[in-house]
Amino acid sequence: MSVTTEGGAPEPRRTSLLELDARTRRRNRSEARFRAYGLAAVTVAVMALVLLLVSILSNGLSSFRQTFVSFPITLDADVLDPSGNRNPEEMQSVLTFSYGPLVQQAFVDHVAALGIETDLPASALGDMISDQAPAQLRAAVLSNPAMVGETIDLQLLANGRVDGVFKGRVTMESAERDALISPEQLILAEQLRAEGSIITRFNWDFITAPDASGQRPEAAGLGVAIMGSFYMMLVVLAFALPIGVAASIYLEEFAPKNRLTDLIEVNISNLAAVPSIVFGILGLAIFINFAGLPQSAPIVGGLVLTLMTLPTIIIATRASLRAVPPSIREAALGIGASKMQSVFHHVLPLAAPGILTGTIIGLAQALGETAPLLLIGMVAFVREYPAAPLDGLFDPASALPVQVYSWTQRSDPAFVERASGAIIVLLVFLIFMNAMAVLLRRRFERRW
Amino acid sequence: MNDMSVSRDVDTGEIKMRARGVEVFYGDTHAIKSVDVDIEDKTVTAFIGPSGCGKSTFLRCLNRMNDTIDVARVKGEITLDGEDIYDPKVDPVQLRAKVGMVFQKPNPFPKSIYDNVAYGPRIHGLSTSKGELDEIVEKSLRRAALWDEAKDRLQEPGTGLSGGQQQRLCIARAVATNPEVLLMDEPCSALDPIATAQVEELIDELRTRYSVVIVTHSMQQAARVSQKTAFFHLGELVEYGETGKIFTNPDDSRTESYITGRIG
Ligand SMILES: Nc1ncnc2c1ncn2[C@@H]1O[C@H](COP(=O)(O)OP(=O)(O)OP(=O)(O)O)[C@@H](O)[C@H]1O
Ligand SMILES: [Mg+2]
Repeated sequence: MSVTTEGGAPEPRRTSLLELDARTRRRNRSEARFRAYGLAAVTVAVMALVLLLVSILSNGLSSFRQTFVSFPITLDADVLDPSGNRNPEEMQSVLTFSYGPLVQQAFVDHVAALGIETDLPASALGDMISDQAPAQLRAAVLSNPAMVGETIDLQLLANGRVDGVFKGRVTMESAERDALISPEQLILAEQLRAEGSIITRFNWDFITAPDASGQRPEAAGLGVAIMGSFYMMLVVLAFALPIGVAASIYLEEFAPKNRLTDLIEVNISNLAAVPSIVFGILGLAIFINFAGLPQSAPIVGGLVLTLMTLPTIIIATRASLRAVPPSIREAALGIGASKMQSVFHHVLPLAAPGILTGTIIGLAQALGETAPLLLIGMVAFVREYPAAPLDGLFDPASALPVQVYSWTQRSDPAFVERASGAIIVLLVFLIFMNAMAVLLRRRFERRW
Repeated sequence: MNDMSVSRDVDTGEIKMRARGVEVFYGDTHAIKSVDVDIEDKTVTAFIGPSGCGKSTFLRCLNRMNDTIDVARVKGEITLDGEDIYDPKVDPVQLRAKVGMVFQKPNPFPKSIYDNVAYGPRIHGLSTSKGELDEIVEKSLRRAALWDEAKDRLQEPGTGLSGGQQQRLCIARAVATNPEVLLMDEPCSALDPIATAQVEELIDELRTRYSVVIVTHSMQQAARVSQKTAFFHLGELVEYGETGKIFTNPDDSRTESYITGRIG
């Protein structure tokens, strides 16, 4: 009996469930609209990402492959080991300069032996081989002095332009206008390739070798930059994680809630929004000019990036500490645990996945940071590998993003390809770190 | 099952905790107004009263859990064995080892059942060997009527238990530290009648050595397990006395209306 009593529930409306009323229809329409907007937004984002990846991969993947010239070289003992006792220390005194004619002559002989006819003078043939080749040969000889006097087969780097021929960068038309390669050299290169004397293969040196000068892009590698970036990450991890976590625990669990802590809180958030170049200026003023630390050193870069990463870690850590339900703290305190014990035994383990994720994201951010490093001299041209830590932290080094920047500044187009390659390496590291963050969160996440 | 009229045997033990003129404020809210209570040793004291009247708040004063709430301020004097627990020299951590607490909402640690119970004894150094600790854990789980259900899954997370099992786990965790006073905030609110009976049995057993304070919404439970009852209403302690008297012949009309179901 549905009799509406005074002040009681109103009479229920009797409508069929099988047909939608106007209100529901309107609601469904607006929901469909919203979903379309969302889908459009996601599509735009995914398209941008795909475009970025495609352009980087298509430009940069070729930098992992390098063109080599292989031909027999007779190692003339009179030139390479004048004293004749195969002592590497004495052979050290023979400079790279002396290896040059050896390489050129062997190459000329090889072309002749193949029966390829060419009008090119010997020096033009020699130019097809990288300026780095004598150094390559010297390193090979010094590592194995017994080879001196024999004839060995060696793969030496081809000149960047020859490399460009096989990567589509150099064409007949461009060669005509190019001072560094002539159409005849290009034709010869194609012939040698047909003979199997020029090959293009995967090149580990791109990842491990140090940077090279502007004239020899084919020899430039990321070794020093990767080491510098890695050292900086070590410094950031060693400083930012403990400082950030300690600060967050103090602020979140121990600090009294008053004006001062409010002020600190606001300032930490502000710090997270400060442009990174400002940290570079700060680092230059404090760490180099005031504290007297060396320029271009990973320790300085790491400290600057620590300053930058701290707010990220603090904000992430505080958020994950706050997400731990207060009942857990009460439970611990209620059975007589001290504040410290409740935090370290119960709260921190629960917050750990969030802290780890925040830290890795902060590190990833720091890894890609360029501007502050330019200010503290990390952009210098460094050919020497830094030593092992901790001394190595004070040696000059480069960094991955800065290497990208400085390669794009060089005139030879071969460096553009290498810069794209360096971006790929950087992205691989970033993807690896973010995947770690996701994995760790999955692994350690616990429900309460 | 209603034995409200039965006169109770009361141990007129010594006073374990004494509260005088206790006031609690949450910011501007005056949650507890001038409460005086004597909690006797080896006695079960029940706090009853309508929801929101301040039972939990007062209970939390007794082991200084209110210290953890920023906005809470406590005035007045509370003593344990004659010593002021709000004395600046008192470390609340030490106090809470003596005055244990079971919270209104079950809050097991997200660790194994074993570690939940063993945590208190570990941090207070109550055992010297693994065997001794195992013994404490087993005894505590037995006393909380959880042993039979938990003995085969001691290493499973405590959070995987049902709500009622979690509550008993929290009771086991609290008794494992051997407190002198045990504060229980609605320990049976999520339990079935069988588990409730077991917990009541435990409370009765605890009474032989400790004093127990229990907050409950069940008049029957208060009547069954307690010797003393305090009735709170709107932050005031309306009436405090022997359970038998409160339930049969209360002095205050508000008490009478509450226990007969007219307010609350
Ligand atoms: N943390 C807090 N902050 C502010 N006010 C609080 C807080 N805790 C409790 N109160 C207030 O204090 C009063 C008493 O709360 P309390 O939890 O002690 O009631 P209770 O008697 O235990 O109720 P219930 O039987 O529902 O558990 C209530 O008005 C409540 O709103
Ligand atoms: Mg309550």
